[in-house]
Amino acid sequence: MDPRRPQSQAGSSNDPKIRQVGFTFSLQNPQSLHPSSSAISGAGAGGVDGDFSSTPVASTCPVMIPPPRVPVQVPTACRPVAAGDSILAADSDNSGDAELSEEWVRSSSGMYSLGFSMSGINSPVATERNEEVELDFVDGTGAKMSDAPMPNKDMKAASKPLKEKTSKAERRAMQEAQRAAKAAKRAESSETGAHGGEKPAKLPKQPPKKKDAPLASSAGVSEKKGGDRSSEKDKKKDVPPPRMQYDDKSRVEKAKKRSVVKQTEARNRVELFQHLPQYEFGNQLQDLESKFFKLDPVHPAVYKVGVQYLAGNVTGSNARCIAMLHAFKEAIEDYHTPPDKTLIRDLTARLSSYISFLNECRPLSISMGNAIRSLKSCIAKLPLSISESEAKTILGSDIDRFINEKIVIANKVIVEHAATKVRDGDVLLTYGASSIVEMVLVHAYELGRQFRVVIVDSRPKFEGQAMLRRLVTKGLSCTYTHINAISYVMHEVTRVFLGAASVFSNGTVYSRVGTACVAMVAHAFRVPVLVCCEAYKFHERVQLDSICTNELDDPCAITRVPGRKEINYLNNWINKENLQLLNLLYDVTPADFISLIITDYGMVPPTSVPVIVREYRKEHLF
Amino acid sequence: MDFQVVVLAGGTSKALVPLVSKEVPKALLPVANRPVISYVLDLLEQNNLNDIIVVVGGDDAAVKVGGWISSAYVDRLRVEVVAVPEDKGTAGTLRAISRRLTASDILVVSGDLVSDVPPGAVAAAHRRHDAVVTAMLCSTPVSGPTESVSAGGKDKAKKPARCNIIGLDVTKQFLLHIASGTEVNKDIRVQKSILRAVGQMDIRTDLMDAHLYAFKRCVLQEVLDKDLDQKEKFQSLKKDVLPYLVRTQLRSAVVANSRAQEENGNYKMPTQQSQVMLSQLMANASTPSFHELFAFGPNGSARVPKRTHKCCVYIVPKDKYCARLNSIQAYSDINRDIIGEANHLSGCSFSPQNNFIHPSAELGSKSTVGPHCMLGEGSQMGDKCSVKRSVIGRHCRIGSNVKIANSVVMNHVTIADGCSIQGSVVCSTVQLQERVVLKDCQVGAGFVVTAGSEYKGESLAKKEKNISI
Repeated sequence: MDPRRPQSQAGSSNDPKIRQVGFTFSLQNPQSLHPSSSAISGAGAGGVDGDFSSTPVASTCPVMIPPPRVPVQVPTACRPVAAGDSILAADSDNSGDAELSEEWVRSSSGMYSLGFSMSGINSPVATERNEEVELDFVDGTGAKMSDAPMPNKDMKAASKPLKEKTSKAERRAMQEAQRAAKAAKRAESSETGAHGGEKPAKLPKQPPKKKDAPLASSAGVSEKKGGDRSSEKDKKKDVPPPRMQYDDKSRVEKAKKRSVVKQTEARNRVELFQHLPQYEFGNQLQDLESKFFKLDPVHPAVYKVGVQYLAGNVTGSNARCIAMLHAFKEAIEDYHTPPDKTLIRDLTARLSSYISFLNECRPLSISMGNAIRSLKSCIAKLPLSISESEAKTILGSDIDRFINEKIVIANKVIVEHAATKVRDGDVLLTYGASSIVEMVLVHAYELGRQFRVVIVDSRPKFEGQAMLRRLVTKGLSCTYTHINAISYVMHEVTRVFLGAASVFSNGTVYSRVGTACVAMVAHAFRVPVLVCCEAYKFHERVQLDSICTNELDDPCAITRVPGRKEINYLNNWINKENLQLLNLLYDVTPADFISLIITDYGMVPPTSVPVIVREYRKEHLF
Repeated sequence: MDFQVVVLAGGTSKALVPLVSKEVPKALLPVANRPVISYVLDLLEQNNLNDIIVVVGGDDAAVKVGGWISSAYVDRLRVEVVAVPEDKGTAGTLRAISRRLTASDILVVSGDLVSDVPPGAVAAAHRRHDAVVTAMLCSTPVSGPTESVSAGGKDKAKKPARCNIIGLDVTKQFLLHIASGTEVNKDIRVQKSILRAVGQMDIRTDLMDAHLYAFKRCVLQEVLDKDLDQKEKFQSLKKDVLPYLVRTQLRSAVVANSRAQEENGNYKMPTQQSQVMLSQLMANASTPSFHELFAFGPNGSARVPKRTHKCCVYIVPKDKYCARLNSIQAYSDINRDIIGEANHLSGCSFSPQNNFIHPSAELGSKSTVGPHCMLGEGSQMGDKCSVKRSVIGRHCRIGSNVKIANSVVMNHVTIADGCSIQGSVVCSTVQLQERVVLKDCQVGAGFVVTAGSEYKGESLAKKEKNISI
């Protein structure tokens, strides 16, 4: 990933709010520190060097960045960074505590961070990738693209950063160093928090909190939403709310009391993933079903969707999102404002309770989070004087429009675009089952292209089989294999088409576990990797690893060997003390492995994702 | 949750003839000293289902049941008691109250169900699959008290002659075939189309219909109405309506998705194409049931999906209790279970000795009440009595040297000295004179058993008394 982005970001972070991300930040070399940094950074500066090597990144740290593998101190590599940084920081105003990588990592605020990352698109990486792949950017929606600052503009803007071109190794070292610094800083800031007399207990809990921005900023505690420029509303809208860290005992207890779905925590959990919810599977459904009539506050339609998520009847982020929106639509239709309340506030609260119910059934996907955000902003935008029935019709049609524009039409556009990338004689590889990739393949086939499809699948879900079945019945010529054979089949493949659950603003693709592996092998074989993803799934978050955000599935699923009872060695071993099973659902594919992202705004390199997120954000909110 | 509950309380069942009578309709038959319908009503109340329609066969019975319910649940439940003519069958009963049904789904519960299975589970399964009907299946009771071998053995020998044949899909979620009370050696006809669509069917005989159904209202009403023009009305839910729905699930003639269709219409998609795309998207994403696979044709290309509807089942998990009071044997079984292993259903707290003796009951000296017994309010017992695994009702007077085992004695029964009752049911206000020996008998209400008589495996009732004595 492009290491320059963080700096440029930090550099141009001239918005006051973004600076409240308050983890003290001290660079590896103290000289690069900005003079007017906050009290904390001052306090922390001393501690940096000491803490540096130890870097106790507690699992309670607000953003789950894994501890640096090697606490590297690479002064040479750092130097340019630091320098560039201070330069850039100089043109940012008075900002005080400049944030480097920290900022970059944690600013979920999108707008600003994206601002710079645009200039960061500079990217030699992007350009070289494009050459390598020989794919041209096609501006799908020509007019739109032209108003938006798109890659070509970025190229110009990038000229400045280009001068500090570093080798890959250097960048890597730099990144490591930054991480280490960050870790140190974090440790130290928690210290300073304690010194400052601001309830130190609050610190580790920071991310789950949503509304303590003032407190956070005063304490110099980082706040995820620091960059949100718009008022209260926006803050509320920022769904999904910060995830709960499930290794925080007290919060988990609290949440349990509230929760509707009775979940028993799995006992053996993999160390690194303890912050993610992992439950014992099997009896939740029964329990939830038996409570059917006891859950008054949950609308039946929402309940139904929740049960379907829990039972796995509805999977796939598009389908889940649509199901949820339909349920909400139904719930809104049946909604009546209580006499002494206002529709806007009460309905938002009501929806929030539904959302938390759904979240208990299965953690919300990012697409759902974005849809919820749009819906909530829609509710917030309703004029106060509007009558209830009018409001309901407006919201209903808004939901329909969202489904139609963001999903259905987006799919069509993507299919159109992607089909142009399918040429006669191609061998297309896809992994798992993606609804959009399937549509692409079918569409290309209907256009009469001659190509072959390789479907790579993996345990334990075997999602590819259903798609394979549909494709084969349609008459496509397919090869089916498991991911173990990926390096073998990759020889003959000419294009890889992948679906995605989300694309983050650093161009990272969040998708079904195994996708990264496929993309990496394809990259190694110089096979272009095309990711089809609707723009509504983009998220402004930046993610470097698949640890912070992920979902754990039933660990039993990976112990079973279907169809071979005699080798089910792990039956009932789930609670063995010294056995930890990890069944991850998602992984993260670095932007380096992605040649092109096909979205409803056209085909863009992964580095342009932030631009889309920024420029079309308003549109996304209906 | 948009469910309406209908309790079919029945009238005076023929199967329970010496036990029920004009005075005691089936719904009020005491099970562990509580009318049987109270078990259903309590279950519903626990699940926040407070608006209930109770349908009773026969006006007299309705008055009695209504009276009892209003006194017992006066401030807890909103119960509407409706009387319908007795011989209409369950389907006819529902038809009679069809106008009162307004919710989108109807939960139909038999009034003789004794269970702790939350009805929500059935309702949730129903909703989850968007089914037309969801039936609750419980395992067939192993009949006969485990102690008295004679009674059990006899019934067991009788039972296998008929059994329920239930076909399920592999996931045990869908009902593919149902035939109740078929003779064992008779051929089973299974529909080829269903079998072909589903691929594999499990045929089970160890399950039975627990008479708790969730119906889609529009479908239920449609089916009930439809029969009118065929001039052949469906009589019973279990024997006619359910098999009909199961049979026709792949060539649905009912408007199963009427609501969904309405909704789809309201979406006002700009083009038909997007609509198709959307529905296909959803269909592909969810794991399709065989219904959907069938509906979209062998290669998923059918332009107009075939109309199907889903019939789901909810199988009672092993750790829940579920039984129906539909025979005399079941009556004694349920009584035994409720004072025994399923005593959490009885609603009273059992002593550490596993029995329940009402504080106002009086026991003579050297009388013993064993575990798994229940002794009602105000009952008196003489000396040297022994009670084992039995229920004794309210205000009974029991003399000395009486032995009661595996039996049910209802209220206001007078038992004179030296009687021995085994495996029997003694109804209210019966008088047993001295040294009566009853084994596996049922004694109807108000009957007087003369001194010294011995009965074995007989059913004694007042009418018979008039004739025989």
